[in-house]
Amino acid sequence: GSGEAFNVGQFLEETSPYAWAATGIGLCIGLSVLGAGWGIFMTGASILGGGVRAPRIRTKNLISIIFCEVVAIYGLIIGIVYSARMSFVSPNLIYTRENYFTGYALFWGGLTMGVCNLLCGVSVGIAGSTAALADAADPNLFVKILIVEVFGSIMGLFGLIVGLLMISQASEFTAAVAPAVVSPFVR
Amino acid sequence: MEALLFNVSGGFLEGIVRGYKAGLLTQNQYNNLTQCETIEDFRTQLSATDYGNFLANEPLPISTSTISDKATQLLVDQFNYLRSNAVEPLSKFLEYMTYAYMIDNVILIITGTLHGRNTNELLQRCHPLGIFDTMPALCVATNVEELYHTVLVETPLAPYFRDSVTAADLDDLNIEIIRNTLYKAYLEDFDAFCQSLGGPTAEIMHRILAFEADRRAINITINSFGTQLSKEQRAKLFPTIGRLFPEGNNALARADDIEQVRQACEPVAEYRAFFDSSGPGAGRVNGGAGGGSESTANLLGDLGVSDEFGGGAADLEDRFFVHEVHLNKLAFLQQFQYAVFYSYIKLKEQEIRSLTWIAECIAQNARDRIHDFIPTF
Repeated sequence: GSGEAFNVGQFLEETSPYAWAATGIGLCIGLSVLGAGWGIFMTGASILGGGVRAPRIRTKNLISIIFCEVVAIYGLIIGIVYSARMSFVSPNLIYTRENYFTGYALFWGGLTMGVCNLLCGVSVGIAGSTAALADAADPNLFVKILIVEVFGSIMGLFGLIVGLLMISQASEFTAAVAPAVVSPFVR
Repeated sequence: MEALLFNVSGGFLEGIVRGYKAGLLTQNQYNNLTQCETIEDFRTQLSATDYGNFLANEPLPISTSTISDKATQLLVDQFNYLRSNAVEPLSKFLEYMTYAYMIDNVILIITGTLHGRNTNELLQRCHPLGIFDTMPALCVATNVEELYHTVLVETPLAPYFRDSVTAADLDDLNIEIIRNTLYKAYLEDFDAFCQSLGGPTAEIMHRILAFEADRRAINITINSFGTQLSKEQRAKLFPTIGRLFPEGNNALARADDIEQVRQACEPVAEYRAFFDSSGPGAGRVNGGAGGGSESTANLLGDLGVSDEFGGGAADLEDRFFVHEVHLNKLAFLQQFQYAVFYSYIKLKEQEIRSLTWIAECIAQNARDRIHDFIPTF
């Protein structure tokens, strides 16, 4: 019948490694920026509200915003490092084992990095919002809550490390020695 | 999960309201105020707090009602700032908060109009938080029928009137019963709205509103002893959202004396403590105009109120206030919810009552009772 019409193997073999790599890089920077932006708006709204009655908190609490921003910078770094692996190879020479591996590594590394940074940004944002309001109420609390934020932002760093490790074995795209030959088994 | 998106629309206002809360008077400031010799001293002390120079333009001697009015005006200004900057659903929540004052105002106007009082005088006596646009229209009505239909069309309280009070009731029933029926409908509606918001808002508001419901049920019961209010009528006034619902409510409906009221409140640990007779001496009154509780205390005033519990009831009222302040303070422990707005307004009102009490004691030189207020922090 038409069972082979849904052919996972064919999908995996025939999708260009460029597609995987580009998607991974896009997810990486996209989700990182989403996390950073989310954290910044959460913290920013609370700083503005708390700063009306307690203007002294305005400058100190920008540290929370910086922590959130750092998350986006991690995504940017990884995006640049990953895109260095994407060199030009003509389509009939792209399908080698190493290139497949690079493609998959860039995709999953990018996704890992992106999700890590998204959650890190959200976490730092919520902690930063509470830090601003607590600081407005009692100045002694700020430094303590900052430690919570530091631990939250470490998660983004973990994502960075793992993202770099995942592509450490992936070489950049290199042309195949000989052009791909259609297998005799394909009709 | 509410933390993820709350700050989009509510983050700034939450910061503002927490700033307001930081300006509430502390125990130190209350101590300074109680040591003032004159009202001028009092005014000077207050100018160092968040109240600032709100009495600066008043000619001496300043009466305590002026102090109370000006302080309330400060509160109203803060509330209006919050309201003008709020979007749904916070704006709806703040609107619900004003309905309680609207009920008081509408009842005031209805009573005044039926007794032929001056319109302007009535409008001036209304609580500023409960003013709505079409209020003067209520003063135009000449008889009960017209009043009822005006009220139904013009006020935001229409749903509460429609479901529980008819035109005939407006004429026959004692006005306090109408007030309590409206308030019951309002409390239940507010609780349903908070439950629809979900999350910590629903939890905290339910706790606060349930206590309010139980407090009203107990007050209605105690104040109806020795009056002509039948038990069925009494039972219909109890809100259904309290912790005493349903068994406690039924027991309260059947109660004939304060001992049975105490027994009805046995299941709830916090309420048991209210009836402990080893508390501070009777006769302690929380000075100044109260909130909604004042109306229940005057329930069936013209049918004759039993005076046996005069002193004890005042003491109980104090304990209710203390517990209410406690619950409202707890609301500030959680972030990303709307109950802070409700709690702040209630705490500020309590503070205004305390200030008025202290001012009264200073003005009347009754310094032995000056410490009988309830501090917020």
